[in-house]
Amino acid sequence: MTPPDYEYLRKLLKDHSGLDLAADKQYLIESRLLPLARKSGLSGIPDLVAKIRAGSSTHTVQVVEAMTTNETFFFRDKVPFDHFRDTIMPEVLKARAARRSVRIWCAAGSTGQEPYSLAMCLKEMGAALAGWRVEIIATDLSQEVLEKSKAGIYSQFEVQRGLPIQMLVKYFKQSGELWQINPELRAMVQHRQLNLLHDFSQLGTFDVIFCRNVLIYFDQDTKINIFNRLARLMEADGFLVLGAAETVVGLTDTFKPLPERRGLYRPSGVRAALAMPRPAMAVGY
Amino acid sequence: MKTCLVVDDSGVVRKIARRILEGMEFTVIEAEDGAVALEACKRALPDAVLLDWNMPVMDGFEFLVQLRRMPGGDVPKVVFCTTENGIDHISRALHAGANEYIMKPFDKDIVIAKFQEVGLLALDTPAEA
Ligand SMILES: C[S@@+](CC[C@H](N)C(=O)[O-])C[C@H]1O[C@@H](n2cnc3c(N)ncnc32)[C@H](O)[C@@H]1O
Repeated sequence: MTPPDYEYLRKLLKDHSGLDLAADKQYLIESRLLPLARKSGLSGIPDLVAKIRAGSSTHTVQVVEAMTTNETFFFRDKVPFDHFRDTIMPEVLKARAARRSVRIWCAAGSTGQEPYSLAMCLKEMGAALAGWRVEIIATDLSQEVLEKSKAGIYSQFEVQRGLPIQMLVKYFKQSGELWQINPELRAMVQHRQLNLLHDFSQLGTFDVIFCRNVLIYFDQDTKINIFNRLARLMEADGFLVLGAAETVVGLTDTFKPLPERRGLYRPSGVRAALAMPRPAMAVGY
Repeated sequence: MKTCLVVDDSGVVRKIARRILEGMEFTVIEAEDGAVALEACKRALPDAVLLDWNMPVMDGFEFLVQLRRMPGGDVPKVVFCTTENGIDHISRALHAGANEYIMKPFDKDIVIAKFQEVGLLALDTPAEA
C-alpha cells in the first residue's frame, strides 16, 4: 500500500466511523481489506482505493464496516451485568414505579450478545417487572452485525463464551449446531442502524445506556463529543455503563463514576457546551 | 492449589485439558473412565471434575449420579465436556447435578469462561494467561 493510499484510508475511516488508526497500522488495513478487495473482484487495495476515490459508496461502506471490530460475547466481563441486576434495576424500579417503564440503549450492540444478555437479566427478574413497558434499543454502525443480531442465531462456539448453560437451556432453541434465542427475547430488542458520530437525539431519553468497547477506537475529541451528547439524552438519574478499558475521567465532567462500581457512571448535572456533531456524510454514514 | 479431575477415555483430550488447567493453576488428576474416576473420588474429593460423557466401563452420566450420592459428593463442581451437544443430554446432565456443560470442540477460553461461571476461577483471570 502506498503512503498516500494509507493516509487516504486513515482519514476516510476517521471521518466515517471515528476509527482512529495510528500511523503504523498498515498491516491491519491490509489484513482486513485485501480479502474484501478480492471478494469484490478487484486486484488489490490500490484498486479498492481508486473505486472509493471515484466516489463508490458501496465500496466505502464495505471498507468502513470491514474495519470495525465486532467481537463481543454474552455477559461480557460479567460485572457490568451484576451491576445492572443489583444496582441499576433496583434503582430504576423505585424511581420509575409511577411511570412503569424503562428504556435501555445498547449504543454499539454488535451481533446482539449484549442486548440479549440484558434481555435475559430482565427476564430473570420475573414478576418485579410485570406490567412494565421495557424497551431495549440496539444500534450499530454496521448493517451486517445488526442483521445477525436481529436473527439471534449463534454458533456453538458463541453460546459457550459467557452464557451460563442454564440460560442456554432456558432461552435458546437448538437447530443442529446453531442456537437461536427465543422469539420472546428477540421481541424485547429493537434494532436500528446508527453512527455514533452523528446526531442521535431522535432516539429519545434513556434510563440506562450501555456504550461498551466502542469508544476505545476513537480519539479524545470524538469521545468527549459523544459523552456530552449521551449526557443530553439521559434521564438525570440514569446510568451509563462503559467497557473495562473506558472512562469519562479526565475527558468530561458531564458524568461521574459511581464509587465501588467499576464501569458505572451517572450524569453529574453539568451540561457541557455542545459542539455540533459532524454532519452526515453523503455516502450513507 | 485447587484440584481438577479430568475424566476422558482419550489420552489426547486429557493431555490438552491438563495443559489448559495447569495454566489455570490447577493440580490435575486423570482418569480414563467413570469407574476409575469414582475410585479417585473415594480417595480424595477434587474441587472440580471435567467430565466426558461416552466412555467404556462407566460413562460420565453414571459417574455423576454416583458422585452426587457419595458423602460430600455434592461439593465438587462438575463440568461436562463432551461431543454430546443435544439439548436433551444437556438437560439430563443438569438434572443429575452437573454445574456447567462444555460442548466439544473446546478451547482454553471456553474452559476459563465456564470455570469462572461456577466460581472456580477469579473473574479477572485473563484468557491469554
Ligand atoms: C467491539 S464491538 C462492542 C460490542 C459490545 N458493546 C461489547 O462490548 O461486547 C464494537 C462495535 O461498535 C461498532 N461501531 C464502530 N464504530 C461505530 C460508530 N461510529 N457508531 C456506531 N457503532 C460503531 C462496530 O460495528 C462494532 O459492532
